[in-house]
Amino acid sequence: MTSATSTDSNSALPAMGLDATPDEAYNASENIVRVRGVKRTYYIGENPVHALRGIDLDIKRGEFMAIMGPSGSGKSTLFNMVGGLDKPTSGTVFIDEVDIAQLDPGELAWLRCRKIGYIFQTFNLIPVMTALENVTLPMIFAGASLEEQMEKGRRLLELVGLGHRLHNKPGQLSGGQQQRVAIARALANDPAIILADEPTGNLDQKVGEEIIMMLKRLNKESGVTVITATHDDKMYKRSDRVAIVIDGEIQAVIPPDLLGDNTVDGFLQQMKDDKEAAEAAAITATNETIVASS
Amino acid sequence: MATMSPTRVERQISLPFNQAFKIALRNITIRLGRAMITGAGTMLGIAFLMSVFASKLVLQAKGVQLEPAQIQKSNWLVAMSLLVCFVGITNSMLMSVTERYKEIGTFKCLGALDKFIINLFLIESALLGFFGSLVGAIIGLLFVWLTNLSVTGTLDWVSALLNLLACVAVGTFLSVAAAIPPAMRAAKMQAVDAMRTEV
Repeated sequence: MTSATSTDSNSALPAMGLDATPDEAYNASENIVRVRGVKRTYYIGENPVHALRGIDLDIKRGEFMAIMGPSGSGKSTLFNMVGGLDKPTSGTVFIDEVDIAQLDPGELAWLRCRKIGYIFQTFNLIPVMTALENVTLPMIFAGASLEEQMEKGRRLLELVGLGHRLHNKPGQLSGGQQQRVAIARALANDPAIILADEPTGNLDQKVGEEIIMMLKRLNKESGVTVITATHDDKMYKRSDRVAIVIDGEIQAVIPPDLLGDNTVDGFLQQMKDDKEAAEAAAITATNETIVASS
Repeated sequence: MATMSPTRVERQISLPFNQAFKIALRNITIRLGRAMITGAGTMLGIAFLMSVFASKLVLQAKGVQLEPAQIQKSNWLVAMSLLVCFVGITNSMLMSVTERYKEIGTFKCLGALDKFIINLFLIESALLGFFGSLVGAIIGLLFVWLTNLSVTGTLDWVSALLNLLACVAVGTFLSVAAAIPPAMRAAKMQAVDAMRTEV
């Protein structure tokens, strides 16, 4: 009997964990994204690649968050995880209090459609559709009526300053204009989160700046959470917090002021050097201990 | 706890048929050259099928009895032409899937279900198959008729028309069947992988 009781109480543990302490509940409602102990391992042939080695990250509702890291750092993997495009090998990702690992494909699609707006480096507009049709596509999936689609599509394109290019195809628009259509499309179903993957990567300085200002404005005005993966120095300076990912681990989550006048690459190099120096120091210390003890 | 309202995850994601049809039609018209080539494969196969049927009708009209060996041979030819048709369409559809990996990935990021992608590709190939085989069947019939104008009066036109409809049905069915493997492949792709693919 004793063993049965203990099994019962064990299985009840996760459920109790959800109720948790008042402190946890407060955090839960405040954080739109919660990443807990996330590991992600890929296999290239037989060899495991540890893209993420145990990540904990909270992103607050209405925050403008930048994820920074050199290529191969696991930055993109983390980003995809937060966007519900990839599932963790272990650990949990909560988006708006939903554990994405528990969702079936239909629910995941719903989440992508209604809760998350994506913006890509390469714009990814559907080339055969006009600006307006690109913006209304997510609304079609969400089951909006035709009038709703047209009215809202127009309004969103006007919001990004493209009210006069409704019926142009992506090929007839400049890079900056295409990215603005993509922003309008990301807003189509009033998402809680906008995920922008290097949104300024394919744009020149001035246009990139405009896109950043537009994202910042949307973040301020409508309170939508903006998460960007970026290399862009202008971008991280506008963000509320910067998460730095190196070698599959979060090295630091800091306000952008701490970066000072340093560039992203310079800062990353410095972080990496510091880390390596610390490791080297640790090894030296261990060696000294060994020497001393012998 | 009382203030917290956990997100309700629903699954009301839909792509109404008329919208899917519109998108598929757009995909065809925008890539008309490619579509014509895919359609031409079906067209030729079905034109051949129709001409075999029509030739039989012409021979009937002339009162000629076919020998079993001849019938067997023509059946064999028909089977071969349909097979070639089938492989051709699968190949074109595979190419058109590969070409559109990024687009498929984007669709999925915007919340499209696997079945939307499959529907889009199937509707597209059904349209191509229908028009391709309609044109093919008419060409096949015209060809046989024009080379045998003398039988115009005695030809069993009702059977000819039924054969024509059958050919269109076969062509459309083959197109859709041939598009299923590529469409499945497209739909099964992970959104991330699909977008990362550089073609």
